[in-house]
Amino acid sequence: MSETTMNEDLLEHEERKSLESREFGFWVYLMTDAIIFALLFASYVVLSKNSAAGPTSKDVFDLSHTAGETALLLFSSLTFGLATIAMSLGQTGRVVQWLFVTLALGLGFLAMEMIEFSGMIGQGAGPETSGFLSAFFTLVGTHGLHVAFGVIGICVMIGQVLVKGLTIPVRSRLFRLGLFWHFLDIVWIGIFSVVYLPGVM
Amino acid sequence: MDHSAERTLSTYLTGFVLAVVLTAIPFALVWGELLTGPAVYYVIAVAAVLQVVVHLVFFLHLNLRSTPAENLFFLGFAAVLIFIMVGGSLWIMMDLHHRMM
Repeated sequence: MSETTMNEDLLEHEERKSLESREFGFWVYLMTDAIIFALLFASYVVLSKNSAAGPTSKDVFDLSHTAGETALLLFSSLTFGLATIAMSLGQTGRVVQWLFVTLALGLGFLAMEMIEFSGMIGQGAGPETSGFLSAFFTLVGTHGLHVAFGVIGICVMIGQVLVKGLTIPVRSRLFRLGLFWHFLDIVWIGIFSVVYLPGVM
Repeated sequence: MDHSAERTLSTYLTGFVLAVVLTAIPFALVWGELLTGPAVYYVIAVAAVLQVVVHLVFFLHLNLRSTPAENLFFLGFAAVLIFIMVGGSLWIMMDLHHRMM
């Protein structure tokens, strides 16, 4: 074996090791993010009945709207999974296609959330109205902000897959973005189970 | 390679179907008012916990054998922290609420 190929092997080995530690670091980040969300859930549960004689959760929540948002996020988790499968098969075109579908579903979710928020604020149920609404907008808004960052991440990764191809670092980044995206869907399970479903009962 | 991809496709689809079922149950109960009282909360809570497990296993591919031990350790650590902080906060605030009535 010549010296250059040995050096290349060593380099690739080092690269894999460094990417593995980044994947572990990203997992640690997700766990800390889960703790932030858990505490926002706790504040919401404590404040959810404090509507200060203003609109209550029954007045402002629309379950069919929530069902639509849930469907969009769940489908986007599946399509991201299909992009991951295409990545493991090395099908660049398929990866980009599924990422575009995921992007569209993510944007649809954000649009629905914007409509919901602006409708509530228009009805006089903005975050300044009561403790219940402050906690609601903080919790659901933080999740929406995460989805917005995920959408930006998908745009960046579509660009990277198209320009760089499915190289080892690109695969690792796409894998980490997938973890983030699936994690956001898990947080959404908590939101509809803690906020919306008990809110309309 | 082909075989493993096939298996992952069926994994994602199984996870998706389970997630749809576990979402539909609580939504249908609340929408159709099929159940009332505290039982609804228990059903919602159980469906939510089961669905989180479904997502972790089928979408995040958490596996007791193949997932690195550190990742599982951190997941467990986060779960303990969440239990202490959320459980503790709710305990204190509910108790306070009870005493103020």
